[in-house]
Amino acid sequence: MGSKTPLYQAHVDVEARIVDFGGWDMPLNYGSQIDEHAAVRGAAGMFDVSHMTIVEIKGSDAKPYLQYLLANDVAKLQEPGKALYTGMLNEEGGVIDDLIVYYLSDAHYRVVVNAATREKDLAWLENVAQQFDVSVEERSDLAIIAVQGPEAIEKAQSTFSDEQKEAVAGLKPFVAAYAGDLFVARTGYTGEDGYEILVPDNKAVELWNALVEAGVKPCGLASRDTLRLEAGMNLYGHDMDETVSPLEANMGWTIAWEPEGRDFVGRKALTEQKGNGIPRKLIGLVLDGKGIMREGQEVVVNDEVVGVVTSGTMSPTTGKSIAMARVERSVDAEEVLVQVRKKQIPAKVVKPSFVRKGKSLI
Amino acid sequence: MSQIPAELKYVSSHEWIRDEGDGIVTVGITEHAQELLGDVVFVEAPEVDSEVDVEDEIAVVESVKAASDIYAPLAGTITEVNEELEDSPELINSDPYGDGWMFKMKIDSGDLDSLLSAEDYAEEIADE
Repeated sequence: MGSKTPLYQAHVDVEARIVDFGGWDMPLNYGSQIDEHAAVRGAAGMFDVSHMTIVEIKGSDAKPYLQYLLANDVAKLQEPGKALYTGMLNEEGGVIDDLIVYYLSDAHYRVVVNAATREKDLAWLENVAQQFDVSVEERSDLAIIAVQGPEAIEKAQSTFSDEQKEAVAGLKPFVAAYAGDLFVARTGYTGEDGYEILVPDNKAVELWNALVEAGVKPCGLASRDTLRLEAGMNLYGHDMDETVSPLEANMGWTIAWEPEGRDFVGRKALTEQKGNGIPRKLIGLVLDGKGIMREGQEVVVNDEVVGVVTSGTMSPTTGKSIAMARVERSVDAEEVLVQVRKKQIPAKVVKPSFVRKGKSLI
Repeated sequence: MSQIPAELKYVSSHEWIRDEGDGIVTVGITEHAQELLGDVVFVEAPEVDSEVDVEDEIAVVESVKAASDIYAPLAGTITEVNEELEDSPELINSDPYGDGWMFKMKIDSGDLDSLLSAEDYAEEIADE
């Protein structure tokens, strides 16, 4: 038996298929993951992501602590509620986890990390915190509901009070605001517009049910995975991990090199890697034949294995098999072969961003 | 509890077998198997006229989530494959024992006794 979110019973009541995910009993789908995927691309769907770990960073050193802890620079965050995506690296420049940090004040930031990496993340946060005047406090009293899709904001707002609507009016992408009991962030992991809503545990079912009433379709982790892969978003433990630097995982844009004087964990290793030549890169693939690319399959150029698929699926929006693969940096072919089961099938090399705002980019 | 028609035979790798008489059987995957797989999006059918042995991997059913090998439940020769599945692989989800059938084969021996009954199969999946 795994941990359960406050919404667990609501999932079971509608016969969701429950699976273990990082020690949590989570809904995989509520029937058809393809229907759920389509709901998010075409209207609005929602995910229980309460298994994710919320951590409050508080204290007079909160800012310098996070500036040292994270590859991106929280000094970019000036307005309350503003969010930043970043890697948290080890000394070797490998990714311990990817996370979102929200600025609340110079003495208070909120960090949301992955569920599967919770323990090592908390240990690392605590470890680095020893050199700073900060407290690291996990919030286990909040659930998270991600409402995503072209109609997500409108439908979510229809469940809000007038005060709450006013609080989130004009909320820009990658910014969050308090709205009564809720903390509403215009973020997501699907390539669609929407909110990620932090809600007190004891109000989570009420909000979930109100969203169902408003026409938002419950979606499980299976569709969350196909949506994020279409959007070209990395999944920790698959597309990157502690043996992979952000430069090898399409996360170069999350490294703040300026100001040069800012030291952060992993900076030295990344600088060396840049100087010596980054050994590998993450590319997008679109299969040109029948079959489905899967994680672990080999990528072949001129009869040589040059890399491996890190995430692969059948993309419900495009009807094609899409994948991300990590290959040697020297690979500049427009087409590669992928060892799909017993056959080598050609695949086009593309930027790993396959679908955005409901539209195919491939 | 998923449906397990009493008139069919089964193997523990989740294929069902229908005796059509004259040494011909129809094979598909069970309702339980399609539930485990989720939405089926691709089927690689066996080759017609190929000779297969028991437990040979002869076909593949892929859902969005995973690929699953399909095994020959008996030795024999493939006589027909369900071509509908090429364009409509979701028939395996919607009608696993009907329009979602996968292939027919002429079996070497008319003996289906080695296969599981509906009751045996129900017990097997209950233990999973």
